[in-house]
Amino acid sequence: MSIAMDPDRTGATRRELLLAGAAGIGAMLIRIAPAAASPATMQRAIRQVVGEAPIRKGKVTLDVPALVENGNSVALTIEVDSPMTAKDHVKAIHVFNEKNPLPDVISAHFGPRAGRAKMTTRFRLADTQTITAIAEMSDGTFWSASADVIVTLQACLENLD
Amino acid sequence: MARALIKVPPKAKRGEVIEIKTLISHIMETGFRRDNVGKPIPRNIITQFTCTYNGEEVFRADLHPAIAANPFISFFTVATESGTIAFEWTGDNGFQETGSAKISVE
Repeated sequence: MSIAMDPDRTGATRRELLLAGAAGIGAMLIRIAPAAASPATMQRAIRQVVGEAPIRKGKVTLDVPALVENGNSVALTIEVDSPMTAKDHVKAIHVFNEKNPLPDVISAHFGPRAGRAKMTTRFRLADTQTITAIAEMSDGTFWSASADVIVTLQACLENLD
Repeated sequence: MARALIKVPPKAKRGEVIEIKTLISHIMETGFRRDNVGKPIPRNIITQFTCTYNGEEVFRADLHPAIAANPFISFFTVATESGTIAFEWTGDNGFQETGSAKISVE
């Protein structure tokens, strides 16, 4: 009589299989979760910076190419419409993304000495996604702009298995 | 030893808004990649960039792993007086690099 013919033995094997399967799915979820930010994590990151203040559309110009061949280096220019005086200036510009491993891109801090609230940098894009820039003004208001970028060669995750 | 390139106009009129461009050689390792044997490569990035004009801060940026390798940053400032515009980059593993440029304002 072989072990496989024993009904108790077969039941235990099936239970073990189900448990192993569930554990496997669980492990997959845990592995996938930290590998990508999502629109929800971007919103959380934005709320961490902005708090409960309302964010209005406008004043911010976000200049990124609409179609990117190489996500490893993408030019990004942000300009905010502001007179940049001691009374009325841009305090900070924060840039967020939806699908890189982390939602933050850059936080730049300005003052009236900047003269012009404009900056350029180069950043990475892990996937086709929406970029959001938020400007924090000296009067405590927040303004935003978003742009969609299509990426053909992705950055950040190239060696991640 | 990282190399930094700085572009500041040598001369400007008082009150003129000038553009400053900076580029520094740095790997900006994200911490999300793995090497050829599957071992995670630890994060090694520049976390902060500061620009001071005669000792007064005029621009500061917090960088994240999403910034491309060899970070390029350009921004503007008002040419108020002759003097030195200084730059500082700091980052992981005690990374620190400084640079400066002279400007004469008429």
